[in-house]
Amino acid sequence: MDAQLGAKVREIAALASGAKLSRLQWIGIAVAIAVGLIVPLLVSDYRTFQFTLVLVYAMAVLGLNILTGFNGQFSLGHSAFFAIGAYTAAIMMDHWEIAYYWTLPAAGVVCLIAGFLFGLPALRLEGLYLALATFALSIATPPLLKYDHLSEWTGGVQGVVITKPDAPFGLQISQDNWLYYFTFVVLLVLYFCAWNLLRGRTGRALKAIRDNPIAAQAMGINTALYKSLTFGVSALYTGVAGALGAIAIQFVAPDSFTFFLSVAILVGMVIGGIGSIPGSIFGGIVIVFVPNVAEQISKAAPWAVYGTLLILCMYFMPLGIWGFIRMGYARLTRRRKAD
Amino acid sequence: MEFFLQQLFSGLAFGGVYACMALAVVMIYQATDHLNFAQGEMAMFSTYIAYTLISHGVPYWWTFLLAMAISFVGGVMIERIIVRPVEGTSVLNEVIVFIGLLTIFNSLAGWIWEYTIKPFPSPFPKDPLFGNTFVGTHDLGVIGVTLVVLFGVFLFFRYTPIGLAMRAAAQDPASARLVGIRVGWMLALGWGLAAAIGAVAGILVAPIVFLEPNMMGSILLYGFAGALLGGITNPAGAVFGGFAVGVLETLIGAYVSFIGSELKLTVALVLIIAVLVFRPSGLFGRVVVKRV
Repeated sequence: MDAQLGAKVREIAALASGAKLSRLQWIGIAVAIAVGLIVPLLVSDYRTFQFTLVLVYAMAVLGLNILTGFNGQFSLGHSAFFAIGAYTAAIMMDHWEIAYYWTLPAAGVVCLIAGFLFGLPALRLEGLYLALATFALSIATPPLLKYDHLSEWTGGVQGVVITKPDAPFGLQISQDNWLYYFTFVVLLVLYFCAWNLLRGRTGRALKAIRDNPIAAQAMGINTALYKSLTFGVSALYTGVAGALGAIAIQFVAPDSFTFFLSVAILVGMVIGGIGSIPGSIFGGIVIVFVPNVAEQISKAAPWAVYGTLLILCMYFMPLGIWGFIRMGYARLTRRRKAD
Repeated sequence: MEFFLQQLFSGLAFGGVYACMALAVVMIYQATDHLNFAQGEMAMFSTYIAYTLISHGVPYWWTFLLAMAISFVGGVMIERIIVRPVEGTSVLNEVIVFIGLLTIFNSLAGWIWEYTIKPFPSPFPKDPLFGNTFVGTHDLGVIGVTLVVLFGVFLFFRYTPIGLAMRAAAQDPASARLVGIRVGWMLALGWGLAAAIGAVAGILVAPIVFLEPNMMGSILLYGFAGALLGGITNPAGAVFGGFAVGVLETLIGAYVSFIGSELKLTVALVLIIAVLVFRPSGLFGRVVVKRV
């Protein structure tokens, strides 16, 4: 009897967490990877650079999504973690001449610790207050980076210039193409880790905390530990994104990491789809290409468009593009079954 | 001593501005449990409207009143049209809409009035009053005007029927509705008032920090810090908190040498987190007990 019950429970858990991918999902992933691999072969170096940024922002959006979409904690301060990642990479490459690929794990670890530490006081803050504390964090970041006594490391207002890495093993591809593929592989690894983290026991714990923290605690979930660790992991993702962003842009300066970077990441998450892993890639696309189009109207237009998109999304498409796709798909298949 | 007095008064002047922002924030928070992250940008936009009025030759004090009136109407409209559909859905949705508003106002200002820094006139004479050496007349004027505005707000809430209705709607919406108060409109009025008070803050601080689309970002942060320090559930406390934060910020910037101007915002950050962690109800706030 007990064994039967156990099997049943496991079966339900597997269903609830979507541990197995359907055939359709496998095909979708294969197509996405194929498209990702082919894109740089078809477009110019500058476009490839932009697609690298798409991947970078997708990573940052995924980081915020783990925190907000899956754990229900709100952050307007992810520009700070992005900045920490970027500066870690820049300082390591500029001061110690360490190879660029080593900066990623370093940026990740530094941000994991920073995020975890910020997550500790944030434990006592709920919803609105957490938004406020992180808002303060992102407003305070650029002046902190300009701080005189740190300028030996951070380069003060001028920032730090770094050089773009060449393709290794004598590969005959441009720097931009190489960096794109490098970022692509990192992104795939991080996506896999996020999927693996969120589909099982941990993922269920995170969602339980999001949906009802008190009930989650009553069921024996260590809410405090999970919440601050989620903050750390989220910061790690954003930090790695920051490091890759710094390498791609070859430059870090305090004014690239203002509050509006947090807004951009937030826009990416909301439009891509809150609480969805694949949605974040749409978020990256929106962050990079919407300004491109809107800037033809006015220098200020991208942000007006972002703001309008945010509000419209909340009214008409609260689950973002990915939610829209899923809903459309569900509706189509339902109709087919009815026929 | 003279240096101290100079810093103290300059701190009080900034404190008055922060107090206005804190009061605007608290007003909306009390009525609807929202922290309006767009409050600063709304105030900035009002200041640009005042700038346009002044450059078209409208006298200063008329501009002051007109800008307040326009902001009031704007605030009411924002609540009715934009905020209302998401009210009571979830904190996430509300904050996202506020961030959307913030971005829209910021870029609209840049779009209409360009990003160049503009000087903003002060109605007060340049020479210090009575030839004193420790306080500029504009600073004194700022302190005076904020006190007048705050006193006016106090009178409004204390002695007018509509002020009473607004307090009732904020305290207990269900009962207020039962006695015939139109709660929805009271919230909209609260937004309007908050926008008007924000406009005062913007217009007063503009001659000191100069006019540009990002001028209110850090000021709003100090406003939040002031509101939290004084107690976000207590308007008078928030006003006190605003003044306290202004003085604290200026004195720390002047006397603690390693902080300087770059770390002032970090002080605000630390203050906010410290208050939230150790005393979430602030100095004078009511302790909120949550039912499980």
